[in-house]
Amino acid sequence: MAAISIPRVAVDDNKATGSSGASLIEIEQLSLYYGASKALKNISLNLGEKIVTAFIGPSGCGKSTLLRCFNRMNDLIDNVRIEGAIKIGGHDIYTKDVDVIELRKRVGMVFQKSNPFPKSIYENVAYGLRLHGVKNKSALDEAVEKSLHQSALWDEVKDRLHASALGLSGGQQQRLCIARAIAIKPEIILMDEPASALDPIATTRIEELILNLKKDFTIVIVTHNMQQAARISDQTAFFYIGELVEFGPTAKIFTNPAQKRTEDYVTGRFG
Amino acid sequence: MNTITPSQYLPETQQQPGRHFRAEKFDFWSFFFSGLTGLATLFILGILAVILLNILINGWSAISWHFVSTIPKKDFFDASTTGVLPMIVGTTIRVFVMTIFVIPVGVITAIYLTEYAPNTALITRIIRAAVNNLAGVPSIVFGLFGLGFFINFIGKNMDALLHNPSAVWGQPALIWAALTLAVMTLPVVIVATEESLKAIPPGLREASLALGATKLETILRVVLPQALPGIMTGGILAVSRAAGEVAPILFTGVAYYMASLPSHLSDQFMDLGYHVFVLSTQSPNIEQTRPILYATVLVLLMLTFALNIVAIIIRARMRKKLRALG
Repeated sequence: MAAISIPRVAVDDNKATGSSGASLIEIEQLSLYYGASKALKNISLNLGEKIVTAFIGPSGCGKSTLLRCFNRMNDLIDNVRIEGAIKIGGHDIYTKDVDVIELRKRVGMVFQKSNPFPKSIYENVAYGLRLHGVKNKSALDEAVEKSLHQSALWDEVKDRLHASALGLSGGQQQRLCIARAIAIKPEIILMDEPASALDPIATTRIEELILNLKKDFTIVIVTHNMQQAARISDQTAFFYIGELVEFGPTAKIFTNPAQKRTEDYVTGRFG
Repeated sequence: MNTITPSQYLPETQQQPGRHFRAEKFDFWSFFFSGLTGLATLFILGILAVILLNILINGWSAISWHFVSTIPKKDFFDASTTGVLPMIVGTTIRVFVMTIFVIPVGVITAIYLTEYAPNTALITRIIRAAVNNLAGVPSIVFGLFGLGFFINFIGKNMDALLHNPSAVWGQPALIWAALTLAVMTLPVVIVATEESLKAIPPGLREASLALGATKLETILRVVLPQALPGIMTGGILAVSRAAGEVAPILFTGVAYYMASLPSHLSDQFMDLGYHVFVLSTQSPNIEQTRPILYATVLVLLMLTFALNIVAIIIRARMRKKLRALG
């Protein structure tokens, strides 16, 4: 992995800097509160472009919460308050003048539980395009086919594009959700444990897909599966009870972590 | 003793095979309560069967094509010449017009309550309580409300605004009866719609929002299509309740007799349920009227049943379509 050679320093004050020059997502002193409880504590982190960054950590450590900050899905929850800033491409996404719709077009998301719409396979992929005003039939056809190719689903569904998406297997449904997300050409794809409900074969296919997608997209993935993080990510961030413990090249995190807690977690001693 | 033999830890199953699968003794209370619940169910089914059979046996002989297709003369107590066409038409139209009003209003209210209203806010709780209380109001009160609000307030003011020389809207009419029924059945539609909206997995809403859909787009494109069968259920319940109601239309639109079918929303109308009341209380010759009384009740039951069947078929088609494609 190329990322291994890039030097980085684990810093104690939770301020970790990105590996390459091109940081797409910059998180500055971010804290998040659910009501009175502080779910994210003063997190600073820079995520590089067109690489896979994995967020690992035990349940409740805030990794999914942080992921959902990037497309402001946390806005949907009452009593959520945020301090600090998240910048994507240099622009703070939490200022008042930010168009959340536009943000979510740029930052796609794939959820833990596959959630295709109860519509046809075609309509699922076309949903986002139609939302954003694409009406031309041939443009839709083309985009749907391209997205299904990119998500490695085309060969399996090309003969039944207009059949219900609910007839697909779990793994196929998840790849359909990925196709749906990439159809609107986001820059970043957030994945919240995308393979946790899938069998090993379907999981392998999703992982292969993620490795292919990073050519075109910046991917941030939350996973409980440490082997998965080790296999597919270039950078790994380890969180523990709302804090960023360590961030660095995946190989270093898994073989030579700077922090004792990281070592304990990745070797399975707790978590 | 240091060793344990199988006979020590497996004594009972060895010696009494099947002991754990068979009730040891007759359980009186279990028998008593299962019998009691079964009897209660039988009792209700029995009552229903008696009512339906009674109506069917006594009413069937008086039903003919002539009976359901004739507009009767003023003396509609004569079994040989009477008919119920205006009542069938009146009841069908009032239920239909009611549906046109109650479904949109009920669905929009339910969408507000489930999707927009802050769940714990005082105003939301007040609206919910109001909806529940509405369901408990006696139907005659709705009739009086319809008279006071729709006819005397809205209708009379419409007449004044339109400079009608005589009362057009400010009197009992089909539209006011239908609107009164719509108010009465509103809770049914709201509750059924709310339930179907709540049953939609939150993941679908999230998926839509994460693709950059607005809340409105998510509701219109993902939530509502999924909720349609549930909304239809609300509609079916509303139709069933409204078709047989007499009290709400008593002051708001029903006529004792009309020589022709209603042709305008401001016309009065004849109604099957009300006609049953008229036949059973106003007849000069009870024995002579009895067969047509039964027949009218039977027609009312069949009409309600038919309206329900139509709605159920539409709902089944929707479900099938949702499952297949969406």
